[in-house]
Amino acid sequence: MQNHVLDYLDVTVKRVPDKIAFANETDALTFQEVHDQNRAVASFLAKQGLYKEPVVVFMNKHPKAITAFFGVIHSGNFYVPIDEEMPRVRIDLILDNLKPRAIICDEKTIEIAKEFRFDGKLYLYDELIQAQIEDGLLAGIRAKAIDTDLIYVVFTSGSTGIPKGVAACHRSVIDYIEQLSETLGFNENTVFGNQTPLYFDACLKELYPTLKFGATTYLIPKGLFMFPIKLVEFLNEHKINTICWVVSALTMISAFGAFKKAVPEYLHTIAFGSEVFPIKQFRIWKEVLPNASFTNLYGPTEGTGMCCFYKVDREFELDEVIPIGRPFKNTEIILLNEKDERAADGEAGEICIRGTSLTMGYYNNPEKTREVFVQNPLNHAYPELIYRTGDIGRYNERGELIFVSRKDYQIKHMGHRIELGEIEVNVNMLEGVKLSGCIYDKDKGKIVLYYAGDIETGELTRLLKEKLPRYMIPNYVERLDTMPLTPNGKINRVFLSEKYKKERE
Amino acid sequence: MEDLLEILSDLHPDVDFEACDTLIDDKILDSFDIVSLIAEINDTFEVAISAEDIVPENFNSAEAIWELIERLMED
Repeated sequence: MQNHVLDYLDVTVKRVPDKIAFANETDALTFQEVHDQNRAVASFLAKQGLYKEPVVVFMNKHPKAITAFFGVIHSGNFYVPIDEEMPRVRIDLILDNLKPRAIICDEKTIEIAKEFRFDGKLYLYDELIQAQIEDGLLAGIRAKAIDTDLIYVVFTSGSTGIPKGVAACHRSVIDYIEQLSETLGFNENTVFGNQTPLYFDACLKELYPTLKFGATTYLIPKGLFMFPIKLVEFLNEHKINTICWVVSALTMISAFGAFKKAVPEYLHTIAFGSEVFPIKQFRIWKEVLPNASFTNLYGPTEGTGMCCFYKVDREFELDEVIPIGRPFKNTEIILLNEKDERAADGEAGEICIRGTSLTMGYYNNPEKTREVFVQNPLNHAYPELIYRTGDIGRYNERGELIFVSRKDYQIKHMGHRIELGEIEVNVNMLEGVKLSGCIYDKDKGKIVLYYAGDIETGELTRLLKEKLPRYMIPNYVERLDTMPLTPNGKINRVFLSEKYKKERE
Repeated sequence: MEDLLEILSDLHPDVDFEACDTLIDDKILDSFDIVSLIAEINDTFEVAISAEDIVPENFNSAEAIWELIERLMED
């Protein structure tokens, strides 16, 4: 039985050693190179005595960064991707949580890493791959591996202002890759065009199926997502046939009429998720690519990648929402009502996930883990965890799962999961801010921030950019004389939403 | 031009848009900014920026964006 994600690579490298595994616009690594370089990295790390520890990978989005991930896994450790785009304060919080002893960098990021609040060692990837490959040592580590050992920790937004590290193991990733590949029909001819950053679990969709099938993944330069025609040209140049993108990346192409100038010639499999796909835009895609398959994916990071899918098989009205469908094989979705009982037919309930796809919890954070990784309330007989997503769903009359709303102040903005509370906590920490309240304009996709205090809006945004990732920076900021409060003394978000709406009518 | 500068500073209150001419080159505007910027421009100036106009040259400075808007308003 396969119990290690790199078993995929071991088989594939024998079959197609010289095929390109991962590439960007200028560089490429073959399966043989990925195999050799990751073993060198692993040998080096193992000889430093690192084992079952977090190893941070702080590199630019590049085939080498992916190979570094595999090297870390191969050494019996788990990788934690961080990125230049993350603000320093966030990186420091992540390092505080992990207390890593090693960070792997590239030539460019190592200079930045020298400033980190961190006592461990910084290593250059290009030097690590010079290390002698110790096959005996690696085989010994592999023999001891268990499929519940961690392979990565990725950080998501936390409402208290502290990011939470979701820790995943071999078993849930293998389960995900097998189900996703079967559902979307990946094979050795698949050419992926990756859009999502490497520091989230979204890129699992491309990385591991590439190893499994001997497929190829192109990392699309981020800048191209501003320029729709160039983006389509990139897809055609590299014969990309499969994409799993956030909806806003897809609608960027369709909404600006790029298809009149350029049509993706090879694309036949399109998966999307994290946001609602406006039907008007969806129809444009469908018209241009009538023979392609379109699949809506849904799932929280805590459930390893995605856990539900819906293959679009019918027409939708403009005011309809594409369902999130049903769970992958080997995963159950339980809808729990407020009494923690199974929701009745058609009744809304919290979407809870049961099965191998559950991650192991939040790294070094038992409290937060216990809040949402809980005993299945329907099972009183033996220990069995479910993950409570905080998303509310219901089944429609066709038996398809529909996303209804969130329970709390978590939002999805441009494909990113954000706790509005985390933005507020960070704003409130700025000098000169008394109070703040954040709301989300869903129609326009804008994060709206109101605050009271002495600081100018421009200065506030500038300071906030040092603390929060770009995608969490409010798109509209306004200063108020006083913040509206509820009778309980909490920020009155309903009032703010109404004020915002009224002023825009 | 005033209206455009207001739209831009709503997007990034901390950037001096009158002076900056490397909005794309220095990654000050990202893809999501471009999307909302274009929507706002289309609304405010009643123009329709099309895919072929969306190239780096047209978005590197407020002035370049303004020239694009003027060109579209003449059409």
